[in-house]
Amino acid sequence: MATATETTQDPTIVEFDVRTDEMLVNMGPQHPSTHGVLRLVLRTDGEIISECTPHLGYLHRCAEKIGENVTPIQFIPYTDRMDYLAGMNMNLAYSLAVEKLCGMKIPEKAQVIRVIIAEMNRIASHLVGMGAYGLDLGTFSPFLYAFREREMILDLFEEVCGARLTYSYITIGGAHDDLPEGWVERCAKFLDYLEPRINEYHTLLTFNHIFVKRTANIGVMSKELAISYGCSGPMLRGSLSRTEGDPDWDLRRLEPYCGYENYEFDVIIPPFPEAPPEAVIGDCWHRFYVRMREVIESIKIVRQGLKRYATAQGSHRVELPKHLHPGEAYVESECPRGQMGFYVVGSPAKSMVPLRVRARSSSFSNLSVTNAICRGCLIADVPAIVGSIDIVMGEIDR
Amino acid sequence: MGWVEGRFEENFITTTLEQAINWARESSMWPMTFGLACCAIEMMATGASRYDMDRFGAGAFRATPRQADLMIVAGTVNYKMASRVRRLYNQMPDPKFVIAMGACTCGGGPYYKYGYNVVKGVDLVVPVDVYVPGCPPRPEALLEGLMRIQDKVKGMRYLTKNQPIEVPIPARTGYVQLPPELDDPNPLKAMEKQLAFAKKTKEEAAPSKA
Amino acid sequence: MNAPDIAASLEAQFGPRIKSKKLDAIDPFVVVDPADLVEVCRFLRDDPRLQFDLLNCISGVDYLELDPKKAPKAGYEPHLEVVYHLSSFPHKHRFVVKLILPRWKENKAGDMPVVPSVTSQWAAADWHEREVYDLSGVWFDGHPDLRRILLSEDWAGHPLRKDYEFPLEYHGIRGR
Repeated sequence: MATATETTQDPTIVEFDVRTDEMLVNMGPQHPSTHGVLRLVLRTDGEIISECTPHLGYLHRCAEKIGENVTPIQFIPYTDRMDYLAGMNMNLAYSLAVEKLCGMKIPEKAQVIRVIIAEMNRIASHLVGMGAYGLDLGTFSPFLYAFREREMILDLFEEVCGARLTYSYITIGGAHDDLPEGWVERCAKFLDYLEPRINEYHTLLTFNHIFVKRTANIGVMSKELAISYGCSGPMLRGSLSRTEGDPDWDLRRLEPYCGYENYEFDVIIPPFPEAPPEAVIGDCWHRFYVRMREVIESIKIVRQGLKRYATAQGSHRVELPKHLHPGEAYVESECPRGQMGFYVVGSPAKSMVPLRVRARSSSFSNLSVTNAICRGCLIADVPAIVGSIDIVMGEIDR
Repeated sequence: MGWVEGRFEENFITTTLEQAINWARESSMWPMTFGLACCAIEMMATGASRYDMDRFGAGAFRATPRQADLMIVAGTVNYKMASRVRRLYNQMPDPKFVIAMGACTCGGGPYYKYGYNVVKGVDLVVPVDVYVPGCPPRPEALLEGLMRIQDKVKGMRYLTKNQPIEVPIPARTGYVQLPPELDDPNPLKAMEKQLAFAKKTKEEAAPSKA
Repeated sequence: MNAPDIAASLEAQFGPRIKSKKLDAIDPFVVVDPADLVEVCRFLRDDPRLQFDLLNCISGVDYLELDPKKAPKAGYEPHLEVVYHLSSFPHKHRFVVKLILPRWKENKAGDMPVVPSVTSQWAAADWHEREVYDLSGVWFDGHPDLRRILLSEDWAGHPLRKDYEFPLEYHGIRGR
């Protein structure tokens, strides 16, 4: 239906009344760029998104119900399977909650082992995050490089606990075993290998012209929005600004656990002088870059931990009490994706089985902001935004 | 190969059409990107630099079921996802193969007892060709599963006459609801009905002679 | 500000409307009536000394001992708790607010207890409340879009209730 408007001066130009209907586009649950089984229902007007509704639950595995039926030691393997990219950090988060409930004191050696292992897992997780983000944006090679380095970390973990992905190594009361002989040297050698590679990734991906075009100034999230939706981790830190006097919002710094207060590291907060001119604070590029810089900080922490390990006193593990204390404890720890909280309610009857285990998942809160930041974007930007949140569906659905 | 062998010049090989097709099919087994949970990371690792699934012709992960031959169900399937798995399976072109990767897809795994929302084995939803146990299986194990699929392809005899008709509905169908015209309380009668149905559909699908 | 000060400032503001407090617990908490929840939350969020602008978690806890032999020794009456974990971005302190509810509204099984929604205070409450509704069976009054979030729409029951019975079959797929 063409209606020529009367205001047209030139009779050869006919303005068409091009009206489009709103359309619902279903993305997922089987979609290569939704990192698993997330389903997004996009309400679009042409290419512009007016509403983006995430639908969860395609990986709901009843972890909380299991948690209130098994003992804490038995629940440790399930925490691995929640955030399967950072199993060690999840083991640690749950262990911390049970230890807080029981008032356990962890020996120094176990603490050092925990810090080393958790930071190594953070590196591995961020490497996968980088590779998968590249895949989302259409480049395959960073993924191959990231997995090359990650396999080396997995080799180190395999020596420690025998598993590649679901470790159950950090457990309640410390770590399951001591580090094997010669591991410290091999780990140090790996860190020396990894550190120069980070700059290669930056040339390959971070400052790549196409990558910057796809991520800079896309999905901008203000600090207030992030806080009101309860975002945490790199997602929140990418929106903070040091020049505005925002605090170092990192639980390793604010509420140190496992002796993080003794380690020297920087909390990565924008602005970055090396950022490309079109990037603004809070966009996808900054969230990604915060992760990449955190890898370097983690390398620093692991190096200090390896030094500390040589002189650390005590055993690698202490025994659990006979039954859980009545009462409740809520602990958050800084996982690669943000603040992972576990809320454990001990049974008043003397029992080892908790009354309730609640997992406050970081990606769950991070993902809830999607609708707010996707509104007004193009469809092609949705993978960039969702990828920059770095979700793991196992942790969201539990 | 019989009498034709060695009768041609060099660089000629003789084979049967069926073997040639099977050879082509087994060495370009395209899997579908179908990562569900933890096992998906091991599946990615299998496809990535160290294990390099491409060596066995299975490196082209397709994002759409319509281009894929192989569905690697990597991770826990729950009730909400089950109908999607079934639909994706139906969208794949024949011949299609399914690897159940990991303990959860083999039979519920660690979520068997308290997992109110977990399907206790993906074979309740789609027919499975190869089970790869482990939680998660190592990449080597997945490669082994892929080779078993390739063995299966190598043994396919669909061009030969008088071969038994493949039952289109999985042998373990007790769990997926059948349409009433194919179902019967007596399993033998049900099997007869299904075979008759299969024969009929195969005849209908066959190209006409004229 | 530490927990006793936060509890004291709450008591100064609300007086007897703070039902009880427990400051010697591992995570100190106060208990409020569901009717006062929104007001308390607004005060916690907006008071310049408190400024709890991060809602970390909402959890529903079902207190019920199914075994009749163990029930007298369980140490609690059957009830339901909704726990709000809050923290503050500017002041970096944490606090816990609890609601104590009957397991079923007016003891009629199947009738969910009703809690006012705090989505107007924290946007994060949106999904968390949906999850508590989905898994623990608490109705949040005033929530803009209270649907099941993790389980499918036609699911029956609330799995994190202690007396939940696992389904034997779902849409033709057997349960065990």
